Amino acid sequence: MVAHLSRLARLGLTDAEMEAILPQLRAILAAVDRLQEADVSGVDATAQIGGLYDVMRDDQVDPGLTAEEALANAPSHEAGLLRVPAIQ
Amino acid sequence: MSLLDLSISELGRGLRAREFSSVELAGEALGRAESLDGRLGSFLRTTPELALEQARAADRRLADEADPPALCGIPIGHKDVLCTRGVETTAGSRILEGFRPPYDATVVARLARDGAVVVGKMNCDEFAMGSSNENSGFQPTVNPWDEERVPGGSSGGSAAAVAARLTVAALGTDTGGSVRLPASFCGVVGVKPSYGRVSRYGVIAFASSLDQVGPLAKTVEDAQLVLSCIAGPDRRDSTTSPAPVSDLAGALREGVRGLRLGIPREYVEAGLEDGIKAVFESACRWLEAEGAELVEVSLPSTEYALAAYYVIAPAEVSSNLARMDGIRFGPGEPQAPSLLEAYELARNRGFGPEVRRRVALGTFVLSSGYYDAYYLRAQKVRTLVAQDFSRVFERVDALISPTAPTPAFRLGERTHDPLAMYATDALTLPANLAGISGLSVPAGFTAGLPVGVQVLGPYLGEAMCLRVGAAVERAADVWRRVPAGFDG
Repeated sequence: MVAHLSRLARLGLTDAEMEAILPQLRAILAAVDRLQEADVSGVDATAQIGGLYDVMRDDQVDPGLTAEEALANAPSHEAGLLRVPAIQ
Repeated sequence: MSLLDLSISELGRGLRAREFSSVELAGEALGRAESLDGRLGSFLRTTPELALEQARAADRRLADEADPPALCGIPIGHKDVLCTRGVETTAGSRILEGFRPPYDATVVARLARDGAVVVGKMNCDEFAMGSSNENSGFQPTVNPWDEERVPGGSSGGSAAAVAARLTVAALGTDTGGSVRLPASFCGVVGVKPSYGRVSRYGVIAFASSLDQVGPLAKTVEDAQLVLSCIAGPDRRDSTTSPAPVSDLAGALREGVRGLRLGIPREYVEAGLEDGIKAVFESACRWLEAEGAELVEVSLPSTEYALAAYYVIAPAEVSSNLARMDGIRFGPGEPQAPSLLEAYELARNRGFGPEVRRRVALGTFVLSSGYYDAYYLRAQKVRTLVAQDFSRVFERVDALISPTAPTPAFRLGERTHDPLAMYATDALTLPANLAGISGLSVPAGFTAGLPVGVQVLGPYLGEAMCLRVGAAVERAADVWRRVPAGFDG
């Protein structure tokens, strides 16, 4: 399970790290299993509070970041583009 | 005696009367940080150049303007999850080391607009995940009242620095108690505004449906002045409430006569340390003496709130932190042989143990086959928790309880046991699930450690929280106490 999660979440855990995290995840999942006891029949799910949906505003043009500003924190960039290792 | 011992309104009078300048005040804050923060670790970095520039500008405004804003010239610290233009912002994580945001968070911009002076970026648990500040990727912060104890988290640097008088006020963020808990542990006031009351634009996200920015300060009035500056709609955050901000200053003077205050049975019946119980009971007597009526109420879904929180928050973490890929910001691993390895190396090197745990847990509860049993069910329980609060707020004006079941615990005491650490937030996190307003106000001490009382108000009920908090503060009369070794 942990190897799958590590891959999915791009955590790159080593074997030793996976071994350490597994019992912790098991303990947390056992604790949150408490949820199975709650009676939620007929209860709607809440994803957010505040009741705001489809908030619109005028399409006003503001100055944004320049390409230079947007790239300033990238560890590798070239010719105004992010540079990344090849996808294999 | 230091200028930093004074409240914002006292400092404002001194600044306006030219008894001292903002440059002198900022210098004193930075000098104290320089000489005393080696013991505390509350700052990730000070910003002396920015502070001097802002303080000079504040002094000009104080001289030129007939009615400068209340915060003009006042030193403030920003939790390091708040983006500050050109100033390194790491959220306490190695994965963002060296990141200099190209823009200010709205809350940072609003404080700057009112002339507040930024003295530094405050230490916190990595990406605000933690209850003790021990999860900072850089250094732990300790509690100024007892340097062998934690300051609480995740806004522990903000709370410790205010308590030790290294800054006048600070911003924190509260996702499950991260402003209120360190406020309680460090003996300062901390406000968690209702969800949507304060803009999250430029706040490095932890759990987007729960996060709110709030002030930490020495007094309820100081906290109100900062909250009044940062609260209100922001067109850059569509989750901010369009409702106008109520008269928060007026609320401080109203007193509690005639208010009905509820004490949630589930918050006080089990697990409180005796010293916490004693301070809370005194606060109850003070409020009754001031004319409030106290009634017991029940929030029956409380027993499931912790479990719902530790599904929902990690779920949101796992998606929010996907952006921490080492490609657009942070040191990254640009020499890795493949893109996949670049991601994995950057994230493995950059994330600490708690962040890894929550990302893995969130990935699990959102994965197909487990989504309904965990995430969807937690969202339904979230509805029950919110309904509990709506129901009791039909009968009472506010709720009062201890902020935490214990005072500050020892460094290392809970780091080996994630579940013990998570339980620290049992009394604070239901308010985040429900999106309601809350604060923690110092009410006394147990064995030399501060104890906070939590006041919870309805959605957009910040004024009510401040009103009750101010009454507790007046009766407790402890805010001028300074931790030994930080006085003078």
